[in-house]
Amino acid sequence: MKLLVPVKRVLDYNVKPRVKADGSGVDLSNVKMSMNPFDEIAVEEAIRLREKSGGGEIVVVSIGEAKAQETLRTALAMGADRAILVVAEQKVEPLGVAKLLQAIVAEESPDLVILGKQAIDDDMGQTGQMLAGLLGWGQGTFASKVEVADGKVAVTREVDGGLETVSLTLPAIVTTDLRLNEPRYASLPNIMKAKAKPLANKTPADYGVDVAPRLETLKVVEPGKRQAGVVVANVDELVMKLQAMGIAK
Amino acid sequence: MKTLVWVEHDGGAVKDATLAAVTAAAKLGEVHLLVAGQGVDGVAQAAASIAGVGKVHVADDAAYAHALAENVAPLAADLMGHHDAFVVPATTTGRNIAPRVAALIDVQQVSDILSVEGPDTFTRPIYAGNAIATVRTRDAKLVVTVRTTAFAKADAQGGTGTVEAVSSTGDKSLSSHVSSEMAENARPELTSAKIIVSGGRALGSGEKFAELIEPLADKLGAGIGASRAAVDAGYVPNDYQVGQTGKIVAPEVYVAVGISGAIQHLAGMKDSKVIVAINKDADAPIFQVADIGLVGDLFTLIPELTSKL
Ligand SMILES: Cc1cc2nc3c(=O)[nH]c(=O)nc-3n(C[C@H](O)[C@H](O)[C@H](O)COP(=O)(O)OP(=O)(O)OC[C@H]3O[C@@H](n4cnc5c(N)ncnc54)[C@H](O)[C@@H]3O)c2cc1C
Ligand SMILES: Nc1ncnc2c1ncn2[C@@H]1O[C@H](COP(=O)(O)O)[C@@H](O)[C@H]1O
Repeated sequence: MKLLVPVKRVLDYNVKPRVKADGSGVDLSNVKMSMNPFDEIAVEEAIRLREKSGGGEIVVVSIGEAKAQETLRTALAMGADRAILVVAEQKVEPLGVAKLLQAIVAEESPDLVILGKQAIDDDMGQTGQMLAGLLGWGQGTFASKVEVADGKVAVTREVDGGLETVSLTLPAIVTTDLRLNEPRYASLPNIMKAKAKPLANKTPADYGVDVAPRLETLKVVEPGKRQAGVVVANVDELVMKLQAMGIAK
Repeated sequence: MKTLVWVEHDGGAVKDATLAAVTAAAKLGEVHLLVAGQGVDGVAQAAASIAGVGKVHVADDAAYAHALAENVAPLAADLMGHHDAFVVPATTTGRNIAPRVAALIDVQQVSDILSVEGPDTFTRPIYAGNAIATVRTRDAKLVVTVRTTAFAKADAQGGTGTVEAVSSTGDKSLSSHVSSEMAENARPELTSAKIIVSGGRALGSGEKFAELIEPLADKLGAGIGASRAAVDAGYVPNDYQVGQTGKIVAPEVYVAVGISGAIQHLAGMKDSKVIVAINKDADAPIFQVADIGLVGDLFTLIPELTSKL
């Protein structure tokens, strides 16, 4: 089975984002960057599906600055076979990413593309659905279970109210939710081996895709801070407070 | 500007999330609705009586019975030929459909808007709500999803919309619905509950979660939520998760029990009016956002609190 997994380099999820004083964005200088957590889950799922299907290939793709190469190496160390880095000077929005991925899908013909459900920097949550729309493929978003059989993929989705299972004709798009799997750590030997795996360098122009941004960020500010509250000494004080607020009788 | 709001419904009633999307759409211009489903006469009538609504486009077909994005998106994309903005509540179903529509009409979607600042300008949270961006789109048409806690609900009554049937764009045969497993929950829905009691990893088991959190929630008439750690550990179903990647809630009162307050959890609840935190660690980050904190062991404090309420 051939799988394509797009991975994004983002601010590590443990780092508290700091808004720049000039309001132009979040400060990304000298902070730890990592693979988007949902994309780690996507790589893990691809590895498991390749194993179950008895072979095949996993191609990972990242679009962004040259340093996204590190993120691709991480994916290769986890077990992906080959990487494509599309270097873009400017930030590429989900629609642009989806168009680049559409072009890569045309070249690679994967059976399944697995993306994260959202990138935790911009929290857009669009790319997988957009790619599915552009390709005219089925989409199984927010997946907590993925099963491939007989030219179809059954995807259990985390939805408001519970779970829903859909069946999609392959090729198809899946986006991962947190409970799909526990991603593995890359072992040291595999990190060494990953350095020798093929990584192709491309640009958006190679694919003839216009990635000019449609959105303009006018400013970025910190959200309103909550005022410090009070610490009560015991349950009786808490009950009194709740009563004073009319929450408890 | 002519807006088209996708109506979320359960086959019988219009869901509350739709009403917040209508409020957002009304800030942009005329409000028209899209009801897609099977056997949705009742929904269409209910939609037409939402205050301020104009035309209600109704597509009644088996292809729309489960709101599959593959079938709904082409329908919405067609209707966007004569609308300027597609406005969708940022629920799981809305977030599944909207970007597919955006791609079909070549628009860069603006996700999860918190406010409408102008005809092409919105605020939205980024980095799990640790920053708020003001963005302006250069696209000729808009596709936006709406954070439902950030907008008041439109009045479900008093509207005089007109219902108009639209023909089905058919089943694209890309996907089919197999089954749904909805969590049984007699409690208020999390996103509309006035009070929420949430439990974290500290509860230790599903039994303890039920034994301690449920009676407290009963006393307060509250909905029940959870941290991701509690959901991952299997104490409660996934539907309970509050946070960046779970439900976004903003009740009058949010009671966090044995929850540390990771930024991903805070992202889902820090707009609550009053936050109450109970945690044995006085340095837990949850206390930085709590209005009322109580430091101590939840296994003794919660039964005491429940009995004294
Ligand atoms: C991409 C991503 C997305 C995420 N999305 C979400 C999300 O949507 N929602 C979410 O909640 N998390 C999310 N997380 C996880 C988040 O980072 C935290 O791991 C999680 O919120 C921790 O849950 P917790 O507070 O219950 O557990 P812990 O962090 O383990 O905290 C338990 C707390 O209980 C206290 N405690 C222990 N025993 C007692 C006792 N006897 N009495 C009183 N207090 C006690 C401890 O002091 C501690 O503060 C996400 C993580 C990632 C990477
Ligand atoms: N620049 C990028 N490079 C590679 N993959 C991306 C990029 N942006 C988004 N993706 C993929 O699309 C998913 C959803 O991203 P988003 O729509 O931006 O929230 C991510 O989890 C990735 O799998």
